[in-house]
Amino acid sequence: MSADLTLILPEIVLAVFAMLGLLGAVYTGKDALAPALVWATSALLVLVALWVGLAAPETHTGFGGMFIDDGFSRFAKVTLLLSAAAVLAMSEGYMSARGLLRFEYPILITLAVVGMMVMVSAGDLMSLYMGLELQSLALYVVASLRRDSIKSTEAGLKYFVLGALSSGLLLYGASLIYGYAGTTLFSGIIQTAQTGDVSLGMLFGLIFVISGLAFKVSAVPFHMWTPDVYEGAPTPITAFFATAPKVAAMGLFARVMHDAFGNAVGDWQQVVALISLLSMFLGAIAAIGQTNIKRLMAYSSIAHMGYALMGLASGTVFGVQAMLVYLAIYVTMNVGTFAFILMMERDGQPVVDVASLNMYSKREPGKALAMLVLLFSLAGVPPMLGFFGKLYVLRAAYEGGLAWLAIAGVVASVIGAFYYLRIVFYMYFGDENAEGLDGGKSPVLWGFLMASAVVMVLGIINMFGVEGAAAAAAASLVN
Amino acid sequence: MSVFAFYLFAISVIAGGLFTVISRNPVHSVLWLILSFLSAAGLFVLLGAEFVAMLLVIVYVGAVAVLFLFVVMMLDIDFAELKAEMARYMPLALLIGLVILMQFVMAFGAWEANAAAEGLRAQAIPVDRHNTEALGMILYDQYFLLFQLAGLILLVAMIGAIVLTLRHRKDVKRQDVVAQMMRDPAKAMELKDVKSGQGL
Repeated sequence: MSADLTLILPEIVLAVFAMLGLLGAVYTGKDALAPALVWATSALLVLVALWVGLAAPETHTGFGGMFIDDGFSRFAKVTLLLSAAAVLAMSEGYMSARGLLRFEYPILITLAVVGMMVMVSAGDLMSLYMGLELQSLALYVVASLRRDSIKSTEAGLKYFVLGALSSGLLLYGASLIYGYAGTTLFSGIIQTAQTGDVSLGMLFGLIFVISGLAFKVSAVPFHMWTPDVYEGAPTPITAFFATAPKVAAMGLFARVMHDAFGNAVGDWQQVVALISLLSMFLGAIAAIGQTNIKRLMAYSSIAHMGYALMGLASGTVFGVQAMLVYLAIYVTMNVGTFAFILMMERDGQPVVDVASLNMYSKREPGKALAMLVLLFSLAGVPPMLGFFGKLYVLRAAYEGGLAWLAIAGVVASVIGAFYYLRIVFYMYFGDENAEGLDGGKSPVLWGFLMASAVVMVLGIINMFGVEGAAAAAAASLVN
Repeated sequence: MSVFAFYLFAISVIAGGLFTVISRNPVHSVLWLILSFLSAAGLFVLLGAEFVAMLLVIVYVGAVAVLFLFVVMMLDIDFAELKAEMARYMPLALLIGLVILMQFVMAFGAWEANAAAEGLRAQAIPVDRHNTEALGMILYDQYFLLFQLAGLILLVAMIGAIVLTLRHRKDVKRQDVVAQMMRDPAKAMELKDVKSGQGL
């Protein structure tokens, strides 16, 4: 038992921190404590990320196989912890300025992160569900944090109702799998689900579970909540939605597919390939008509999840490695892009209209250049890191025997490049006379934007070693 | 006898669930739901899980359903209008439901419980240990992690409910206990010697 507890020590530390923070803040009863709490949480998340990342590269399982601590879960945990820490650090200024910063915010984020860590370490359908609910429930609340805004409330409610529906699908699928496999442990399911020998009922369960998970990663056809929630939620929270939860949900997706159904790749490969294809195209095409940059980022994230799923769809070790590399790059790009979006304001009011970026390069050449790099990277234009991420997953799909999916991915990428480059066009060749934006003065946001842009350029040298770590992580998951 | 009881409870669970959905009056829906809960408790008793059965009655019927009843009575929602809205999508919903139902019939028709699954299936409760003890062993030992995570989920639910509903209004007079305690007669009242026949 105590060996099991050491295994979840990082989660325990975060949960205890959240509870102590809650006690302290409630006792003093002041939201004045909130900024300090945000910074403390952010620092703690970075520390835990270091702790998890520098742990010995071994695989341990605890709690009767319900919790798995392996290279894969550690890679996913480090990615999501760092992105959550970055987004928290970015949100402090924005939320304080708009009176949204309440002490519950960092606490809910911490608890959501605990849920995500459980998700990527889940070795059982029940611990999967517990982690997922802990994460989702905290996210529903932060989505509607701005209570006096109808859009924010709508975002929270929509997310909640559709999220509950997807949880229902997932649970139904889990119960079917349990019924046919006789166990909820992934290690038990994989013995039952052998290639070509998966019973029809179990296949039903698998499809339901995939539907539930696809909702959480906002893959088409379960994406419809994404644009509304991204638009309605306060911008720092949108930034959070677009980063850490995606990593956790994709990690969970890969975990279920390989740990529980790794012997029946043929049975889920086609389904994952199809939702990957649909996500890439819908994300690319639907974003063209968007003028609200938050909605645009929502469709962008749908398309990016399509590419990440492409890696998973290949069903190989290299595919999982490609997915992990892609996610790490995606998260870095999104942190920088949202740092830029958070700085978009006029007279102290946030602006989300793409057209407001007209001739931005004249006023803020440095920031415009950084955003240019990020947008090129998001679009997958060659010298940037985003291109290599795409190359990785395309190669994985091709080697996994899904050449058609790889070709479709290239086509979707070309279509998608249009709306990223349209923003670049506005910034550099737009209308001279249009009303512009104020120069955002936050050094924190500026730092994140620049750092992210620099990574996109310098990362092409050796990807900061992420490649090797991802390879080791993928090898520990797929056997 | 127990077969008769099983079918009685099984039919009333399904009937309760059906009427919960189709009743016109939401209060009736909740009452049907209570019937469903009670019948499910009966099924648990038949399975020999009397502790779970009692929990179902006490927690779900006693607390949750009664709370539901209060909430439904206090909500100011025109359910008839909502239903009319729903009716517009009824044909499509029926079609999808029918397709999924057919698929399920096919799936269950081809039921083949895996041989390995039989071996992995959960063990029956040992006879020398009663229900409550067996549940405790599972909850606090085997499923310790899940139990603690469930606690965290409930904590998030509590924080969420407070964050989204609590508003500190400025125009409400609140009790300040310390100020009350620190009052003394000298500060609280002023003695005036009023002469008779004169005002202040």
